[in-house]
Amino acid sequence: MSEPSNPFATKPSTGRSLEKVVLGIFRAATYFVLLCGLAIFADIVLKGLPTVANAFKTTSTFPYVTNTFLFEAPESLYVFEHEGKKLEMGDREFRAFREAEEAKAAAAKQPAPKFKPESYVYSAGGIWPCIVGTVLLVVGSMSIALFLGVCSAIYLNEYAKDGPVVRFIRLAILNLAGVPSIVFGLFGFGMFVIFFGWNVSLMAGWFTLAFMVLPVVITASEESLKAVPKGFREGSLALGATKWQTIRKNVLPYALPGILTSSILGIARVAGETAPIMFTAAYVVRDKLPWDVEKSADFFFQGVMALPYHIYVVSSKIPQNEYTARVQYGTAFVFLGIVATIAMSSIIFRNKLRSRYKW
Amino acid sequence: MVTDISSSKTTPHMETPAAPATFKVNVPSSSTKLPATTGTLIDIDNLDFYYGAKQALFDVNLKLDDKRVTAFIGPSGCGKSTLLRCLNRMNDLIDGTEVKRGSIKIRGVDIYGKNVDAIELRKRVGMVFQKSNPFPKSIYENIAYGLRIQGQNNKVRLDEIVEKSLRGAALWEEVKDRLHESGLGLSGGQQQRLCIARTIAVSPEVILMDEPCSALDPIATAKVEELIHELKKEFTIIIVTHSMQQAARCSDKTAFFYMGKLIEYDDTRTIFMNPSNPQTEAYVSGRFG
Repeated sequence: MSEPSNPFATKPSTGRSLEKVVLGIFRAATYFVLLCGLAIFADIVLKGLPTVANAFKTTSTFPYVTNTFLFEAPESLYVFEHEGKKLEMGDREFRAFREAEEAKAAAAKQPAPKFKPESYVYSAGGIWPCIVGTVLLVVGSMSIALFLGVCSAIYLNEYAKDGPVVRFIRLAILNLAGVPSIVFGLFGFGMFVIFFGWNVSLMAGWFTLAFMVLPVVITASEESLKAVPKGFREGSLALGATKWQTIRKNVLPYALPGILTSSILGIARVAGETAPIMFTAAYVVRDKLPWDVEKSADFFFQGVMALPYHIYVVSSKIPQNEYTARVQYGTAFVFLGIVATIAMSSIIFRNKLRSRYKW
Repeated sequence: MVTDISSSKTTPHMETPAAPATFKVNVPSSSTKLPATTGTLIDIDNLDFYYGAKQALFDVNLKLDDKRVTAFIGPSGCGKSTLLRCLNRMNDLIDGTEVKRGSIKIRGVDIYGKNVDAIELRKRVGMVFQKSNPFPKSIYENIAYGLRIQGQNNKVRLDEIVEKSLRGAALWEEVKDRLHESGLGLSGGQQQRLCIARTIAVSPEVILMDEPCSALDPIATAKVEELIHELKKEFTIIIVTHSMQQAARCSDKTAFFYMGKLIEYDDTRTIFMNPSNPQTEAYVSGRFG
C-alpha cells in the first residue's frame, strides 16, 4: 500500500524563491539599522561612562560625595611635565599647584620652577551649567509649546468649521514642521533677539524652540483629540453641557496621554537642537549659574550654556586628542542620559494617565 | 404624500388583521389602558431640513403626545434619526445643517427661535444614542456628570440622585456594589441602561432614543423595552427603531417615514393592523425596507 500522494506539498517556483529573498532583504535592513544604532550608543556609553564614573569625589560637607564632571563648571585642562612626571590638572588646581611649588622654591631659595603647560579649554571640570541650561530650555519651551499647541489644536479640531481657511492653516503647520532648524534659529535671532531686544536669552531660546516644536505638538494633539470617540462629546452635549465643559471634562482628559506622547518627541527635539539656540540662547561659556541674578526679571533675559551647543563647541573648537576626548564623550553620554530620563518619566506619566481612562 | 392624521382620524379597530401572514408582529391589545395624555407636547410644523444642499426632511407635520411613547420607523436614510436629532438640536453640531422652513414647538415655544439656548433645551430633552456611550469614568461619575456640569456638587444630593436614576433605569440592583468601577466594565445592555440612567438623572421632560437596542441581544433588548414601559409614566419618549416588532411592542403611536417624508402617523395598532397608506402597509408587512 503506497502513501497517499500529498496535494499540500510545497511546490517550488521562482515566485516562492523571490519571496524568500525579499524577506531576507527586509530582515537584513532591520538588523543593519539596529546594528548602527547599537554601535552609536555603545561607542558613546563605553567612552563616556568612564568620564562620569571616574569623577566621583568625596567631600567634607553634606552629601559627602560629588561628581566633578556632573556638578562643576568647565575649566581649562593643563598638561605639563613636572619633575619627570606628566601631570594633568584643571585650572584652579593648576594655579594652586603652581603657587605651592613657587612658595616651596622660594622657601628653599631656589629659582621659581618653570611650567610649560599645554592647555585645552573646557577639557577639565564638568558640565553642570550646561545641564542646568538644557533643563531650563526644555522645561520653558515645552511649557510654551504645549500651551500654544494644545490651545490651537482644540480650536482647530473642536471649534473651527472645516473649510479652506482651516485647511490652509493645517497645511501651513505641516510645512512649518519641515523648516530646517537653522532657519528657526535665524528667525528667533531676527525676531526675539534683535527686534524684541531680548538679546541672547532664555526667553528668546524658549520661544524659538517652542515655535520649532509647535507643528509636532499641534498635529499630534489634533490626532489625539480626534481619537476620542465622538460618542463622548455627543453624550455630554446631550446632557446639556456646554462645548467647553464637554472639552474640559470629557475630551481633554482622554486626549492627554496622546498629547504627552507627542510632547515626548518634542522634548527630545528641543533638548537636542543646536542650531536654534546658538543664535538665541546659548553661550559658549558663562561663569554664573542661571539663578545667580540680581533681579528676578533678569532670570529670563540671560543666556545659558546648553549641552548640545557644548558638544558642538568641544567637538569642533578644540583639538581632538586623548585629553579632550573625555569631555567630548562624557558630555554626549550625559546628554543622552538626560533626554532618556525626561522621555522615560513622560512615558511613565502617560501610562499612568492612560490606565485611568480606557475605552 | 404626507398624511397628518393625528388629529383627524380615529380608525376603529378592525377584526381582520391587515398585515399579511408572511410577517407577523405583536401589537398591543386595544384594551391597554393608558393614563390620559395631557395633550400635545411637541408640535412639528411644515419642517424642511437640509444637510448643506441636500434636503433631508420634506414638510414634516407631526404632533407628539405628552407622556407617551412615539416610535419613528422607516427604512435607512428616511430621515427618522434626523428628525429625532432636530428635537434637541443635536444637528446643530453638524456643519451646514439648517431648518429652512417650518418650526418645532415644545410647549408652544419654537426651539429654533432666537431666544432658545440649545444647552438649556438639551437639559430638558435628553438623548440616548444608538451606540451606548458611557464615559470612561466610574458608574457613579457617569450619572453625576450631568448634575456636576449644572453645578450640583453636594455629595448627599448626588448620592440620592444617582441611586434614584439607577433605580429608574432598573440598574441599581446590578451595580450598587460597584458604583465606583468603570462604566465600561458593564455589559452592552447594562451600558445602555447606564446611559438611560444618566439621561434621566438630569430630569428631562423628553427622552429621545436613537435605535437604543440595535446593538443589544434579545434579552438586553427586552429589559430596555420593559424600562421604556416604566419610563413613560414620567417622561415623553420618542424612539427611533429599525425593528418593527419593537415599535409595535413598546410604542403608543408610530410615525412611518420614507424618503424624508412622513407617510403615516397614527396609533401603533392602526399602523400595524390597518395602515391607510399602501407604502406603510408594504413596509410593516416586510415587503420592502
